[in-house]
Amino acid sequence: MAENIRIEVKDVNFYYGKKSALQNVSMDIKKNKITAIIGPSGCGKSTLIRLFNRMNELIPNTRLEGRINLDGKNIYSSKIDVVEVRRRIGMVFQKPNPFPKSIFENVAYGLRVNGIKERKYIAAKVEKSLKNAAIWEEVKDRLSDNALGLSGGQQQRLCIARALAVEPEVLLMDEPCSALDPTSTRKIEELILDLKKKYTIVIVTHNMQQAARIADYTAFFMLGDLIEYDVTDKIFTRPSKKVTEDYITGRFG
Amino acid sequence: MIQREKVYKYIFAGLAFTSLIFLIGITIVLFKEGLPMFKEVGLFEFLGGKYWYPTYEPPDFGILPLILGSFLVTLGALFICVPLGVGSALYINEIATGRQKTILKPLIEILAGIPSIVYGFFGMVVVAPFLQELLGLPVGQTAFTGSLMLGIMATPTVCSISEDALSFVPKSFRYASFATGANRWQTLTKVIIPSAGSGISTAIILGMSRAVGETMTVLMVTGGAAVIPHSIFQPVRTMTATIAAEMGETVLGSNHYHALFAIGLILFLITLIFNIIAELISRRFRIKLGLGR
Repeated sequence: MAENIRIEVKDVNFYYGKKSALQNVSMDIKKNKITAIIGPSGCGKSTLIRLFNRMNELIPNTRLEGRINLDGKNIYSSKIDVVEVRRRIGMVFQKPNPFPKSIFENVAYGLRVNGIKERKYIAAKVEKSLKNAAIWEEVKDRLSDNALGLSGGQQQRLCIARALAVEPEVLLMDEPCSALDPTSTRKIEELILDLKKKYTIVIVTHNMQQAARIADYTAFFMLGDLIEYDVTDKIFTRPSKKVTEDYITGRFG
Repeated sequence: MIQREKVYKYIFAGLAFTSLIFLIGITIVLFKEGLPMFKEVGLFEFLGGKYWYPTYEPPDFGILPLILGSFLVTLGALFICVPLGVGSALYINEIATGRQKTILKPLIEILAGIPSIVYGFFGMVVVAPFLQELLGLPVGQTAFTGSLMLGIMATPTVCSISEDALSFVPKSFRYASFATGANRWQTLTKVIIPSAGSGISTAIILGMSRAVGETMTVLMVTGGAAVIPHSIFQPVRTMTATIAAEMGETVLGSNHYHALFAIGLILFLITLIFNIIAELISRRFRIKLGLGR
């Protein structure tokens, strides 16, 4: 196994009840790179990243075949603690979903549930995470205010801070900008580019310009099949499959 | 066409405002018939008086024993309906499988549909003798028996409103919590319950208001002694039971008659306050979760 691979997806099939959502997907996610997953609605892109932190287990009647390895270890092995997987692989959702708690408590939440009690450590970690998520300057004077009072873009950066606080290795982002305006989107994109130094990022996006702007690698899915996966430049300039070209040039989707 | 729409509008407006008319009517009657009492007996003497002997000569109109009776029975009922109601709501919402949910919820709601006289009858014939035997009491009809029956009666209210509150908590909170590495218990205690907290408080207050106002059951199972209770295992008489038991025997327009209305007035104010508090809390809850008013 190559050194620079963080997540390996091997022959994955996934079913919601009897309906197949992913077929024979195999791909490697590279360390400290941004991997974008694109494709028309219902192509299985969200399903795929929700497999990476075992969130699909919360939906009853689902079935997974194949393996998903994190640093060479199968995260679905019975020896692996799901809480540990979710701590190592953080997630940011499509709609900002801060808890109805203070800004501080939102970020501290992951630390607290992981059993950290020391106040100074928590305070330092919260500050660092908010700085990493590029929102510290905007909220430092009102950490005890309710997080729901922030704007949508701020809420999403707060959610990124919340995910970063537990020091994950991988950050999954499920269309993180789809509910945001262009200015907030730009801020989040800058942030993602910056976070790549420390984290491996997998981002699902509907927005092809966004994938082209920020991703190192891009995977194109359709109806549960991985059609093409390559360096972003190549996908957008010289795709090897006709259907990829049709999609990125806007002929459908 | 437009004319017809207007007619519909007025018909429905009329229906909607009918309940308001009843509310106003009842309030007016309560005040009109209750207030004359306070010309005879001062408000504090009425509320704080230790003796309720309305038919003696001279009569005593002190309702403190009745207030304490109501208070004791309601408090006891809370200790039963809160764990039962909130506990079942948590189970139904968080743990129960789809099939258990479809059985449990309607079953609990059937409890709410049983007439209170049936509860009273059951309490009188089954529960009271059982408790008398079990605890070695001189009589089985006590405040505790009343609390037990009222607690069970208020459980469906508490359960069903708490369950609504829990199900209003957005799924996204749950996902966010799991995604940071929280387990099910942590998600429940640190995110779900605090988010539904004011909704659950509303449920408890409404359950309480149901218990305070309940009449038939307490009349049948609490023993009916209008004395200041010293223990929950003594017979008591609540405000509601007093009105129900005595209204038939009083002379229209007499002091006793006005006294009963004054008790009704005070009950009305108590439940009104409960309902206002419940409404305020639930409004805050909806705003907190961004559900609008």
